[in-house]
Amino acid sequence: MSMRTLPLVFINLGGEMLYILDQRLQALNTSEDNSEKGVWSENDRKRVMNGIVGAMFSKDFMDELLKPQQLYSHRTLKTVLTRIAHASIMRLNPASMDRLYELMVMAFKYQIFLCPRPKDLLLITYNHIDTIRELVKDTPVVVNQVDETHRKIIEVYSSLPEGEFQLLRQTLLIFFQDMHIRVSLFLKILVQNPNGRFALSTSGPVPHGIDVPGLIRTFDGKGREVRRSEFPSGGSYSSSVREGCFELHGDRVIRLGMDMYTVNHPEETHTSKDTFVQTDNTPNLLAKEELNLLARLMGSMKAEKEPKAETGFWINLFPTDQEEEEAGASGLAEEPLFEVINIQAMQDEQVTTELARIAGQFAEEEPPGNLSSSKGDDLLAMMDDL
Amino acid sequence: MYHKEKSIQIKNSASALYNNLGVLRIAPRSLTYFTVVHANVVNMVSASWDGLNYSHRQLQSKEPNVATSTSLIMQAAFCALPSRDLLVVTSQKGIQMYESDGSTMVYWHALDTPDTPTDQAVFARGISAVGKSYICVGDSSGSILVFDVPSKGSNITLSDVLKGHKKSITDIASECSGSQDCIADLISADDGGNLCVWKSGEEFQRFNNIPGFDISCTSVKLWKGTAVAGYGTGQIRLYEAVTGILHAEVNAHARWIYSLDIAPFSGLLLSAAEDSLVRVWHLSIKPESLSVEVAHLHNECVTDTQICGAKFCDGDGHAFAVTGYDLSEIIRYTQS
Repeated sequence: MSMRTLPLVFINLGGEMLYILDQRLQALNTSEDNSEKGVWSENDRKRVMNGIVGAMFSKDFMDELLKPQQLYSHRTLKTVLTRIAHASIMRLNPASMDRLYELMVMAFKYQIFLCPRPKDLLLITYNHIDTIRELVKDTPVVVNQVDETHRKIIEVYSSLPEGEFQLLRQTLLIFFQDMHIRVSLFLKILVQNPNGRFALSTSGPVPHGIDVPGLIRTFDGKGREVRRSEFPSGGSYSSSVREGCFELHGDRVIRLGMDMYTVNHPEETHTSKDTFVQTDNTPNLLAKEELNLLARLMGSMKAEKEPKAETGFWINLFPTDQEEEEAGASGLAEEPLFEVINIQAMQDEQVTTELARIAGQFAEEEPPGNLSSSKGDDLLAMMDDL
Repeated sequence: MYHKEKSIQIKNSASALYNNLGVLRIAPRSLTYFTVVHANVVNMVSASWDGLNYSHRQLQSKEPNVATSTSLIMQAAFCALPSRDLLVVTSQKGIQMYESDGSTMVYWHALDTPDTPTDQAVFARGISAVGKSYICVGDSSGSILVFDVPSKGSNITLSDVLKGHKKSITDIASECSGSQDCIADLISADDGGNLCVWKSGEEFQRFNNIPGFDISCTSVKLWKGTAVAGYGTGQIRLYEAVTGILHAEVNAHARWIYSLDIAPFSGLLLSAAEDSLVRVWHLSIKPESLSVEVAHLHNECVTDTQICGAKFCDGDGHAFAVTGYDLSEIIRYTQS
């Protein structure tokens, strides 16, 4: 359907990813310097933020996203987001990435679902951009990239009619259909029901530009109003609040897209155990187009070249001293040389392997298996804490 | 006035698309067919009137003879012509027509898709039977394709392309099918809220243009010469179709209207929106003043659901059915 979804998808999902990582890394921060291994300092956190934001808002990457194209599969999306996350000094293992993806997606689905008017998708996007700007405010180079991207988005999307936005929104709703993963933060603040569905209120202010339901007006042949009557609306609506600002800076008014995690203190919260299984109806032939898109997106991302001396920071299920030494020893390889893939027809397993290879997700040696931690919470539990 | 009946479970959930429910009543066999679109699949249910038998079928949108190509479906609707009933499915790739039970595809029409993707989405949307033998289908460029349907067989031909809209077609509706005589019998709506009123025939004539206000008209119906249109502002407007005179305006919903339906024998109107509400209204035409009156009768709230399809199950409006985004059931209501 809509050919313009990708930039908004990446900014919003990427924004949610940053909110979650920011909150988790802050929770892990128990020392100011890097001396204690396994602990994330304030400095480390900022480096992660800068790395990810820098990769996501790079000009080349954004230009690729802005080309008109379809929204492909969750598999492709997750692969690119993993690669973005790994453009920083942080490494996530597959299980953590899966959990992170579920959280990101449910947050974005909630925002799209409750978006008051289709055009307000832009305000939600700008809320994400505003907060991202705050996260990297100490690094002018990255702030600049964010501003440039923001300007481009304003340029491309501001003039779209509402019908186009609704088509975009419908495309996203189809993409996120049937996902009902329960996130305990959402359950706690009552935006999600125990059955996984989001709460839709029949009270409150109507969206900007819409009249409060309840009035029937009748006119004569000359256009004069001859009668007014009212009907019970079945809800308790009030008139709309002012419209949010669509410029580079300003009050967005709607709160969807703002960081939901900062307001809540990390209590014991969990995601539901049922993982999302999407019956992938996309046929194998589509895989070729998907992989070409993936190739283009990855190629346009800046590859962070870490100096060999520095150990990469793996986050996996149960970080211990031993594992980090091993990770350091196997050496964080130079980012794999990237090449364009030409594939004729692929079986699903082949596709998955290719995607994984492109993502550079799996090192030669898998990070060591689960061992109990003595240093802090494991990331999976941390994800559960959300 | 209405009470909830037992829902019909469907194989997939409904997608967030306008007018996402098709209903066809087969009186001789005491059956009703329902269709609900889910991404690239149409879920069909055949429900017996005694509530005892349900059979399911799924149709995929794909080009014939191409094993693996599929695309997202925009709409599936039944077209009841005097001689036969067909099921029409519109997607990003083209238009498919099936026998009404979904058993055989009788026609395929491919849309022109550009070689390099442009930022304009390409799709077909808006389906209606009109006159003795025509089926009209709209597309994203604003054109309306007119297909001539023989009383039997698959020799369906594209007989005309109507140009009246500049924005994507959202919905098309008709009245006076068969032998009745009407000044205008077809109405089409687009993403800019513009309505075009036509008379079908060997050469279709455009009778009138009712301009919109830059807000999509998502669903439109024609009844006794009155155009009933639902908009993204949550409003319903009633116009006299051939003159464009506004009869009435209702601030009906707090979010985008996704579906309208009329029960022609009783003048009942059904409206459904993303605000989770379905409303039943009564339309009456006052012969003395030729004006139309709208009276509100009933509300139903489908909790936490953005409704995407609502249709009466019979011409009197004795029962209606509703679908919602992410919901894997067809909810039914019957008059008490």
